[in-house]
Amino acid sequence: MQFFGVSEISPSPPAPTASGNNGHMMYVFNRNGVCLLYREWNRPLRTLDAQQDHKLMFGLLFSLKSLTAKMDPTSAVEKGNLGMLQLPGQGCSFHSFCTNTYKLSFMESPSGIKIILVTHPRTGDLRESLKYIYNLYVEYVVKNPLYTPGSPIRCELFNTTLDQYVRGIA
Amino acid sequence: MAAICSLYIINKSGGLIYYKDYGSAGRMDTNDSLRVASLWHSMHAISQQLSPVSGCLGIELLQADTFDLHCFQSLTGTKIFVVCEPGAQYMESLLKFVYELYTDYVLKNPFYEMEMPIRCELFDINLTQAVQKDRVAFLGR
Repeated sequence: MQFFGVSEISPSPPAPTASGNNGHMMYVFNRNGVCLLYREWNRPLRTLDAQQDHKLMFGLLFSLKSLTAKMDPTSAVEKGNLGMLQLPGQGCSFHSFCTNTYKLSFMESPSGIKIILVTHPRTGDLRESLKYIYNLYVEYVVKNPLYTPGSPIRCELFNTTLDQYVRGIA
Repeated sequence: MAAICSLYIINKSGGLIYYKDYGSAGRMDTNDSLRVASLWHSMHAISQQLSPVSGCLGIELLQADTFDLHCFQSLTGTKIFVVCEPGAQYMESLLKFVYELYTDYVLKNPFYEMEMPIRCELFDINLTQAVQKDRVAFLGR
């Protein structure tokens, strides 16, 4: 019963970009689902316009969080219905998923800020990196008195520092 | 041997056709397992749509705090996914072996109707043996 040889069904992942940057794009959402930041470094494929892409990404994350809380095999407590709104940090949450073409790493702060980094599928664990990016967000955005919470981030210093840091990841 | 908590098989429409629980603490009832399987089908499709490069086949591994979810999708759209403890290895080999069992004991069963829930005794028996077996043995296939 030999169906699968050494060859993979999945096509091989694309080679890292010429600049060595394995980051594809990054999103930051607040607790209401507003996209505060979208940074793109390498995205050849685009299936939706920007606004629909942001809404679809937030919906995916919301549903995956609900799914993982429901599927938690170690918790015996009543988990409530699927899709029920959950507080940040409540229940079991996912931190990454991997496909054959990309890896998505996810972090949610207790205040509901969601940071999503999409990278090359061979990337390792990025939880510490996302925490550092959250520190950058606190230092350059939250501490900026000109920034209004809930509005899109337009801070050049944050963008520059973020680009430098992501270029050094993986 | 890494602990496997549960195994699901869903058809190409997202309907749950097989669910086996191997000892989760929180027991999921039938309706919840149906909802979870359908939701996974949708999440799998959305992840393809959000890919930054072409040729994406959907989520293969979902890593959460207390479990990992490994997913295998056949060329015809049947999905087999397993919930196991974080860091469990050789899950890809196990899923391919489960696919072999599925094709041998379910699809070749003349009494089995496509897209319907699996109720084949030989499939159950062989699957239970495969899950309890040392998975390093699957590497040689």
